[in-house]
Amino acid sequence: MRTLIFRTVAPYLTSLMILFSVFVLLRGHNEPGGGFIGGLIAASAFAIYGIACGVSPVRRALYFHPMAISGFGLLVSALAGWLSYFFQVPFMTGLWTKVNFLGVPLDLSTVLFFDIGVYLVVLGSITSIALALEEREHG
Amino acid sequence: MAAESIDISDAMVIQPTTLGDWMIVAPVGVPILFAAILLMVRHETRLHAGIAITGLLLTLAANAALLLQVLADGPQVMTMGRWLPPFGISFVADALGASLAFVATLVAAVCALYAMKDIGATGRRYGFYPFVMALMAGVGGSFLTGDIFNLYVWFEVFLISSFGLLILGSTERQLDGATKYAILNLVGTTLFLTATAYLYGTFGTLNMADIARRVDAVRDTGPLMTLAVLYLLAFGMKAAAFPVNFWLPASYHTPRIVTAALFGGVLTKVGVYALLRVLVMMFPVERVELSGVIAWVAAGTMVLGIMGALAQSDVRRVLGFVVISGVGVMLAGLALGTEEGLTGTVLYAFHSILAMTALYLLAGVMKELGGSYSLHELGGLYRAYPAMGAFALILMLAVAGLPPASGLWPKILLVQASLESGLPWLALAILATGLLTTIALGRVYILAIWRNRPEGAPSGEPNARPGLGYVSLALLCIPIILLGVYPEPFIRIAETAAAGLLDPSAYIGAVFPVEAAQ
Repeated sequence: MRTLIFRTVAPYLTSLMILFSVFVLLRGHNEPGGGFIGGLIAASAFAIYGIACGVSPVRRALYFHPMAISGFGLLVSALAGWLSYFFQVPFMTGLWTKVNFLGVPLDLSTVLFFDIGVYLVVLGSITSIALALEEREHG
Repeated sequence: MAAESIDISDAMVIQPTTLGDWMIVAPVGVPILFAAILLMVRHETRLHAGIAITGLLLTLAANAALLLQVLADGPQVMTMGRWLPPFGISFVADALGASLAFVATLVAAVCALYAMKDIGATGRRYGFYPFVMALMAGVGGSFLTGDIFNLYVWFEVFLISSFGLLILGSTERQLDGATKYAILNLVGTTLFLTATAYLYGTFGTLNMADIARRVDAVRDTGPLMTLAVLYLLAFGMKAAAFPVNFWLPASYHTPRIVTAALFGGVLTKVGVYALLRVLVMMFPVERVELSGVIAWVAAGTMVLGIMGALAQSDVRRVLGFVVISGVGVMLAGLALGTEEGLTGTVLYAFHSILAMTALYLLAGVMKELGGSYSLHELGGLYRAYPAMGAFALILMLAVAGLPPASGLWPKILLVQASLESGLPWLALAILATGLLTTIALGRVYILAIWRNRPEGAPSGEPNARPGLGYVSLALLCIPIILLGVYPEPFIRIAETAAAGLLDPSAYIGAVFPVEAAQ
């Protein structure tokens, strides 16, 4: 698969797909999308990069081990649930707040953090599987 | 904000939660947090044991607080995401769930301690400790959830973690065992899911308290007997009840000994718990109808299980069959369905979780000191390691149901309950199982510990230091002996649990306080 065309296009394709995955993630609260599908898109982006340029550049680019990313995602999701404790509401209650970011009102919520956690779990675990399979193929 | 002017009390939980309420979630939430942390520091294998043991001790503390609260004030409820049940998913801790969660976490903490020696850096890098934490989150969730589909999810959580633990090491034998375990468990899981789909089609709700209070109204129209049979089969498979028990002896001797200890102690009891919860609390009339079948299943499981143990020469395989026969004893109480019988079952579950884990850990210590799991090769351990002989004696007495250890009282309760219910043959089966267990484990004791070392047997590890193994065994032997010599408080907890199953009004009232007050 290491043709010149694919290798040239892959980095651009990967960055576009990751950008799109973040868009899908953030869009997910009110419209189709969300952490799971976003994570899958991001994982396929890394898989494409791995097929085109080999696994070690992907691992270098990710910096953290995919499983560690997955673990961090799980931590973020779980903590999003635990945050309810400080507001004296049951576990996993959706809590909302508005912040002004450079004059733009932003809705922040524990639901969003939970979804970001799901995104990272899916991204980490699927990338981890994909890279392991690709490594075996090339190695 | 506009939202604040809306009256949300019709749809949402409005009273503020307290720290006490959070103890219901902590037995699941804490292990998940620690599993995530362990996954993040996967390559720092030296930190793993410390983090995992800290996490399990915190979980244990939460479980203890929850149990005390439940015993003082009755069932505790927290409904996720503020939505009122049956729409929000409720966690309901009653005496049964909270006490089993506590005992299971206790043995998991001891296993994590023993694993410091049993699981090397490679096993840790492959995720032994994160898997244990995820497994305990699944087990805790199964014991505490009040929603039957959520129960399915927690079953999946601990099942997937158990796959990971089973194949740790990736030897051919392990993959063989894991394949059988995985396929047969997936069949059980599919049955569970199918039954749950039928259940939802019949009731339109998955909340266990909601089902329990509505079941009488649906009895004439709904296929409740079908549901009860499907659940009996699905959970019987998980609990390794005869005749769907063959996956257990095919797989439990293959993983690392500490993994086998955790599985043998905890996992089958989750199946038994689910049977109790579903058949006794949700389908009491159907359980009475099925009691004859369950009694035969129970007798078959205990007698054939222990006969299997008599035929084995590998200590781990012997223990696998002993686990099965213990499941049979617990099912006897389910077949009887009286308060005394169920008390016996719950008490036997406490005993079995502790004693089976301890026996597997003992096998691990024997392997370390004697160099083998095979009864043909072991020997002479009593002369070399008298302390180990003492632990072995206590544990074998416990499992055989002899004083002064923990197996005695639940068996007395169950025998008494069988006689009172007019099932003398079931009482006979329990007593015969006790005798056969004494023979099966006595054989292990004589061959592995008492007799002199056979010629040409492999020697143990040259610098074997059984200290950690002894500490782990001692930690488990303390509650085992306590259950034997001072059973009063434990029997009282088991009685509360059994009474709560037979009369779920407190459970239902905790989930639906408004309706209960009307």
